[in-house]
Amino acid sequence: MNLRYVVPASLLISSILFTGCAKNNAESALNTSNTSEAVATNATNTDPSTSTSSPDLQTAIDQYRTYVIEQCDLFVKETEKFTTAVKAGNLDEAKALYAPTRMYYERIEPIAEALGDLDPNIDARDGDVDPSEWRGFHHIEKSLWEVGTTKGEEAVADQLLKDAQLLRAKVETVDINASMLVTGAVELLNEVSSSKVTGEEERYSHTDLYDFAANVEGAAKIYELLKPELEKKDADLEKDIGERFASLLKELEPFKVNDGYISYEKLQEDQIRKLSQTLDALAEPLSNMGTILGV
Amino acid sequence: MKKDNNDKNNLMLNKKLSRRDMLRLAGVGGVGLLLGGGAIGSLLASDKKTTSNASTILSQDQDSIPFYGAHQAGIITPSQNFICFAAFDVITDNVSDIRKMFQKWTTASATMVSGSLIGNVNDNPNLPPSDTGEAAELSPSRCTITFGAGPSLFDARFGLQNKRPPSFQELPPFKADSLEPEWCGGDLCVQVCADDLQVAFHAIRNLARIARGTAVLRWTQEGFQRSTQADPKATTPRNLLGFKDGTANPNVTDSKLMNEVVWSQSVDGTAWMTGGSYMAVRRVRMRIEVWDRSTLKDQEDTFGRHRHSGAPLGSKDEFDSIKLDALDATTGKPVIPSNSHVALAHGDGSIQMLRRSYSYSSGLDLKTGQLDAGLLFISFQRDLQKQFIPIQQRLANNDKLNEYAVHKGSAVFACFPGTTEGGFIGETLFGGI
Ligand code: HEM
Repeated sequence: MNLRYVVPASLLISSILFTGCAKNNAESALNTSNTSEAVATNATNTDPSTSTSSPDLQTAIDQYRTYVIEQCDLFVKETEKFTTAVKAGNLDEAKALYAPTRMYYERIEPIAEALGDLDPNIDARDGDVDPSEWRGFHHIEKSLWEVGTTKGEEAVADQLLKDAQLLRAKVETVDINASMLVTGAVELLNEVSSSKVTGEEERYSHTDLYDFAANVEGAAKIYELLKPELEKKDADLEKDIGERFASLLKELEPFKVNDGYISYEKLQEDQIRKLSQTLDALAEPLSNMGTILGV
Repeated sequence: MKKDNNDKNNLMLNKKLSRRDMLRLAGVGGVGLLLGGGAIGSLLASDKKTTSNASTILSQDQDSIPFYGAHQAGIITPSQNFICFAAFDVITDNVSDIRKMFQKWTTASATMVSGSLIGNVNDNPNLPPSDTGEAAELSPSRCTITFGAGPSLFDARFGLQNKRPPSFQELPPFKADSLEPEWCGGDLCVQVCADDLQVAFHAIRNLARIARGTAVLRWTQEGFQRSTQADPKATTPRNLLGFKDGTANPNVTDSKLMNEVVWSQSVDGTAWMTGGSYMAVRRVRMRIEVWDRSTLKDQEDTFGRHRHSGAPLGSKDEFDSIKLDALDATTGKPVIPSNSHVALAHGDGSIQMLRRSYSYSSGLDLKTGQLDAGLLFISFQRDLQKQFIPIQQRLANNDKLNEYAVHKGSAVFACFPGTTEGGFIGETLFGGI
C-alpha cells in the first residue's frame, strides 16, 4: 500500500503550516515527501542544514526512520490491546496497560508533535484543548483513576485507536533530516523537564516516570545513531553526553519496579530535584549535538 | 608587581576592547571618535593612571573592575547597586571536574566583567549560542564575581580533608537562630555584584550553565542597595529598617588594616588561602511590620544610633566615635543602651570585620501575608572563629535587634586568593591535584 495516497497532500501541508507557528525547530526542518515543490524549496531556504546531510548522516537518518516506524507499529498494537480492555470493561487490565502503551508514543513524541493535530488528539491533558475537543489517553486516564471506571470511555477508546493508526500512516510520509534529529533529541528532554519531572503529565495515574524514561530512551536512541559522526567532530562532547546519559539512567534505576516505575507520588522532593538537575546536566551538552551539522 | 598587573590589565583591555569601551575611553581622554588601530595603544597608555588592579580602590566613575589581581574583586572593591548570590553543590565525584569547572568559570568571568560575550559560538544557527545574550551591548557595570568554597567541600568526597583550614568549619548554632535548610550551606559560592541587575543575573546564569553536570544551584538570593544614581555622593546606604549601614566599616584603602582584618596571611597556616578571605553570609529576615509600629526612640535604642544622621546616640556626626561609657545625666543609664546592636557588635572595639551586605526583598511570606524582606548580611574576615563567631554570639544572646530580625539562612565560604591571566581562581587549592 502506498500511504502517500491515503493522506491527501493538502492536509499535510496545512498541518505543517499550522504547527509552524506553535512550535519551532523540529517543524521548520520538517517537510514531507509528497509536499509541493514550493513548500519543500521554502523549507530548504529557511534552514540551510536540511539539504546538506552528509552520506554518514544519511545512515543515521535511515536508521532513525526505521526506529520511528517500529515504535509506531508497536504503539498501534499496544493501543489496540489497551482500548480493547477499556471497551471490555476490564478496569485493572486497562490500568496496567495504560503507561507501558504510552511509552511507545513518548519515545518518538517530537515526530508526532510535528504532525499537526495528532499530538493533541492523542496526548492532550484536561485544559490543554477546548473541553468539547478533549479526547485521547488522558481522557481515559481520568476515568480509570479518578472515577474508577471504563464506562463512558468506549467512544474515546475507538477514536484513540483511529488516531494511533492515523499517526502510523502519516509517519510514513515524514521526511526526516539531520537537523530534525538533533533538535528532536533536545525536545524529548525538554518534554521531561517541563511536564514529566514536575508530575504534571499524569495527574491521575501518577505514571510520569514511564513517560520520563521513554522520552530519555528516545533521546538516547538519537544520540546512539549520531554517535559515530559526533565522535569525528567532537570526541569530548560525545564522551560527555555518553557519561551524562549513564548518570541519568543511574538516577532513574532505584525507581524501577518489575517492568515499570514507582508512582510519582512516592518521590521525595529532593529526589525530584536531583532527577531534574541530572536531566539538565545531560540536556546542556546534548543541545550542542548540532555541531555535526556544521555552520 | 603592581606595574606588572597594570600591564596585564591593559593587555586584557586591549583584547576585549569593545566598540562601546572605545567610545567611552575616547570620551574620557578627549580624543576624537575616529581612532585607527594604532591609536588604541596610545590611548590605553594615557589611560594607565586610572587602571588599577582589583585590590586597590577604584574611583566611582570607573565602569569596569579588573577580574585579575592578587585578591579577588568583590571584597574590598566598592559595593555595587545589586547582588546575585548563589550557593552551589558539587555533584561530581571527581576533583578534576571541579578544577576544570573553575578554569572555565575563570575565563568566562574575566570575559563577562569586561562586558564581552562569552564563548565563540554566538552565531551558528545550528547551535545554542555560548553566551545567553541578555547582557549583550551592556556596559560592564562594575561587575565583580567572587568565588569561595564551603566547609562541606572538604569532606570525604574529594580527598580534600587535609586541605581544610583548621579554623574553617560550619558555624555553631546561635541562640536566636531560626535557620531553614533551603537557605543554608553550599559546597561553593559565587557572589556576583554589579550596578545593573541584568548584568549580575546574566553572570550567575551563565556560570550555572557552565557548571551543569559538575555543580548545581543550591540556593540563590538577589539583593540591592540604593543606586549610585539615586545617591550620586555615595553616602552610607540605609538598610530596610531605615538606618545607615556600614558606617563603622574598617577603611579599605588602609592595606595594613586589610591584612589584619580581611586577608588571610601566610602565618595563618593555610597556604592556599593566603590572600583570600573568609565570608559569612546570613539571610536575615526583618520583621518589617513589627518594626514599622515601633517608636523612633525604640528604633534608635535598638541600634544605638540616630536614624537620621547615623551618629552614635548622644553624638552629632555619623562618623563620631562610639562612647559606650557615656551615661545619661538624668537616668544614669548608658546613652547607648548596652543591649543595642552597636554596643554589642562594637564591644571593646578589638574585633573588626568588613561588612558588605545588601537588602533583599523576596515577595510575600504566603503563610502570614507579610513581606519576606531583610538583609543579606555578608562579611569578610581573616578568621571566622576570631571575628564573626564571637560577635554573632554576643548579638544572638542579647541584641535588642532580635525582636525585629530573625536569621533564616547561613553559610560560610573560604574565598580564594586572586589569580593572574592564564591562571584560574581556585588554582592554589585544585591546581596540584
Ligand atoms: C538584620 C541584621 C542586621 C542589621 C539590620 C544591622 C545593622 C547595623 C547597623 C545599622 C549598624 C550601625 C552602622 C554601622 O556601623 O554600619 C551596624 C553595625 C555593626 N554590625 Fe550590624 N546589622 C545586622 C546584623 C549584623 C550581624 C549578623 C553582624 C555580625 C555578626 C553585625 C555586625 C556589625 C558590626 C561589627 C557593626 C559595627 C559596630 C561598630 O564597631 O560600631 N551586624 N549594623
